[in-house]
Amino acid sequence: MTTPNPPQAAAAAKSLLRFITCGSVDDGKSTLLGRLLYDAGMVPDDQLAALARDSRRQHAEAGDTDALDFSLLTDGLDAERQQGITIDVAYRYFHTARRSFIVADCPGHEQYTRNMATGASNAELAVVLVDARKGLLPQTRRHTYICGLLGIRQVVLAVNKMDLVDFDQATYDAITGEYRALADSLGIGQVHCLPVAAPTGENVGARSARMPWYTGASLLELLETIDAAPFRAQDFRMPVQWVNRPDQSFRGYAGTISGGSVACGDEIVVQPGLQQARVERILGAAGELQRAQAGQAVTLCLSREVDASRGDVIADALRPAPVADQFTCHVLWLGDAALLPNRTYLLKVGTRTVNARVMSIKHKVDVNSQAKLAARHLELNEVGYCTIGLDDEIAFEPYASNRTLGGFILVDRHSNATVACGMLDFALGRSSNVHWQHVDIDKSVRGASKGQHPLCLWFTGLSGAGKSTIANLVERKLHALGYHTYLLDGDNVRHGINKDLGFTPEDRVENIRRIAEVAHLMVDAGLIVLVSAISPYRSERRSARELFGDGEFLEVFVDAPLAECERRDPKGLYRKARAGEIRNFTGIDAPYERPEAPDIHLLSGGQRAEQLAEQLTTQLLGQVESGSVPD
Amino acid sequence: MTLSSAPHSHLDDLESESIHIFREVMAGFQRPVMLYSIGKDSSVLLHLLRKAFRPARSPIPLLHVDTTWKFREMIAFREQVAAAGDVEVLVHINEDGVRQGISPLTHGSTVHTDVMKTAGLKQALDKYGFDAAIGGARRDEEKSRAKERVFSFRNAQHRWDPKSQRPEFWNTYNTHIRKGESVRVFPLSNWTEMDVWLYIQRENIPVVPLYFAKPRPVVERDGALIMVDDERFTLNEGERVQLREVRFRTLGCYPLTGAVESSADTLAKVIDEMARSRSSERQGRVIDQDPTASMERKKQEGYF
Repeated sequence: MTTPNPPQAAAAAKSLLRFITCGSVDDGKSTLLGRLLYDAGMVPDDQLAALARDSRRQHAEAGDTDALDFSLLTDGLDAERQQGITIDVAYRYFHTARRSFIVADCPGHEQYTRNMATGASNAELAVVLVDARKGLLPQTRRHTYICGLLGIRQVVLAVNKMDLVDFDQATYDAITGEYRALADSLGIGQVHCLPVAAPTGENVGARSARMPWYTGASLLELLETIDAAPFRAQDFRMPVQWVNRPDQSFRGYAGTISGGSVACGDEIVVQPGLQQARVERILGAAGELQRAQAGQAVTLCLSREVDASRGDVIADALRPAPVADQFTCHVLWLGDAALLPNRTYLLKVGTRTVNARVMSIKHKVDVNSQAKLAARHLELNEVGYCTIGLDDEIAFEPYASNRTLGGFILVDRHSNATVACGMLDFALGRSSNVHWQHVDIDKSVRGASKGQHPLCLWFTGLSGAGKSTIANLVERKLHALGYHTYLLDGDNVRHGINKDLGFTPEDRVENIRRIAEVAHLMVDAGLIVLVSAISPYRSERRSARELFGDGEFLEVFVDAPLAECERRDPKGLYRKARAGEIRNFTGIDAPYERPEAPDIHLLSGGQRAEQLAEQLTTQLLGQVESGSVPD
Repeated sequence: MTLSSAPHSHLDDLESESIHIFREVMAGFQRPVMLYSIGKDSSVLLHLLRKAFRPARSPIPLLHVDTTWKFREMIAFREQVAAAGDVEVLVHINEDGVRQGISPLTHGSTVHTDVMKTAGLKQALDKYGFDAAIGGARRDEEKSRAKERVFSFRNAQHRWDPKSQRPEFWNTYNTHIRKGESVRVFPLSNWTEMDVWLYIQRENIPVVPLYFAKPRPVVERDGALIMVDDERFTLNEGERVQLREVRFRTLGCYPLTGAVESSADTLAKVIDEMARSRSSERQGRVIDQDPTASMERKKQEGYF
């Protein structure tokens, strides 16, 4: 037992190292970390007493009742202690005379990769454990790959359980040789290796006498002395978090500087726009500053009024950030449901939140072999290299040069879950070279010349619910009244513009995206467009709606029970689906997500289509009648 | 522009990180609140809250869930904070619990905490419709807290699901929730107890005097030193009130908070004593002691 740390009066001036411990399950991460805390004198007496008690309870059957089980110091959740595994990242704080440490103890199981990545995103260094008996395992490779992906450039490889291989140097050399080659291929610049035995503390807090062939530092010494300054970008960037405007006399832009430094008098630009100004005052946590640098939370006052709000980036005017709306990037998918290209997600980068779609998956990466594989979607814990498109331009940086402006998360718009993290690579040239061409005749003029307000009526529901029948009747009635209409039928477009699409989730997303875009063009042309398509996903119906202006899109839910649709089975499709002759059939082996708040809800179970169409048409007339006629 | 060479200390980094978190809460939620427990962590939190929005008044109010069993000095301290007038202070008491006469002395710590603290908090959050509640919990306090995110999601029943926490990357926080759901936010996640004291010293932050040693009337009960703070405290057979020089490492309901014998009557002495200490902060809390993982269960049920 070592003595407690000396009083840390100078703690405030010590440097801080954030690191993670990771590796395959059962390689002994939690034990190693527990031992490290113990050797650093950071386990208080009452916790030590509790540990001895818990160790006895946990290992009563094994008969080994005196040894301390150091893993119990860090596995904190009930489920973890019961199962003897680590589920989520545990953060630990300790210090020595030289340094303060924040450790994220990361889970080893593949299913908890998202928690491991959570820990890695804020770390400067990783301690990767390997069991000397087993060598590199798939999880070792996976974790090392994710460390590299998230920008960790320093790794300490701890070859653990050396006691179980008789402290054999040849075993150690073989493992470290193989690991160095792996790290090299993943762009991890520095690897420090050492042999350890965690339960008895060999080479943990102090150097081991059992392995005289190892002449390097112990783990604790290594962590105390390694040079791992946090990554700091060079050019001045500050994402605006909040505009501070208590009264007319003060307007400041609050945010955390994500790169470089700024001084009073510096010229800045508010991006993605081009407005420039000079920095007049910098308010830091302690008061007025002449200069502030990366990592500091500040409030900037500018020399003139600019239109800046949350999500904008204040940058060095001489070295502004690139601006774009299409990128290549790596995506680590964390959602339970797969990533579908062309589905809309919320993307948050810095303080900016914007709608985004993965346009294509160039390849996914087999994290064990780093092989590039073709992929149409990404499943939980898969990594893909993708192109992504945003609804608006953003100021950004490649992740390699600025983590805040290059790292993003994707949020599912329905569940609000964080479903991915991503790393921006570079902008696609095409985005900045394609501009909107201005045209003089617009939608309202085109609509007025037809004497109508253009709109899109979107019929959704199960196959056989009556969508096409009702839409057809409504179109006839509108046509008879002199309106200009077009019925875009889901089946019909599959013979032409969507001929290349099938019924997989990916293809359904793209099918609806194209139908919505075509409907949007037709509404722009001044028409009343009726879309009849199963459109089974909420997310894509919402994306369709968002293409249109207020009141221009009406979701019509044609609601009939599945049993009723199956009984009608007008095209004989349910019968084939039940017989297994067709796959991915909505309602049978593919989901239909019911609208939660449709604009119009038609219960088509009992009523006749004619009645419903009449009712709907009457309801519509008020909205499509045009008050103004062009001169 | 060149990089400034001024080195930044560990405390500066923590301070900036916390301010960043406060501002993300303000920008990301409709109706945020800061849970104010009057302890040292709350004092630091309040200090950071003011800094985050200076020169504006804090747009985020404070909420104290008063169990009616806090030390009298805590309540006096709270009233001073409210009197300063730059931050709105809301106080909520679970009146159902008061009517039932819930008391830690007669009902025990579990029932008292469930009713007056956990249920009281839920009542207050529902009453005001708060969608984000900022708290002073630190990850170094307790094992299940060591696992919790900075932005910690709660469902409409205020429950925490430790097995499916949202992943959290860099300082890019997901603030999206549905109506009725909420988050708990912990700006001091990465602070240690020592960081808190060093920061209090550096910034000269006022704290409740109970943290400093002074002769106080205490009773020894179940191995803990309990201060007799008012006339509601009844002595068991064989117990007697003694005047001992004690202080508190954490503050809560006085019958549930153990004092430690100490002569540390200044901030410098407290910090020095703590640096030499061989026991953990929550040792004095009656509520935390076994069964193991009890705090995790409380948190799942909505305890802060």
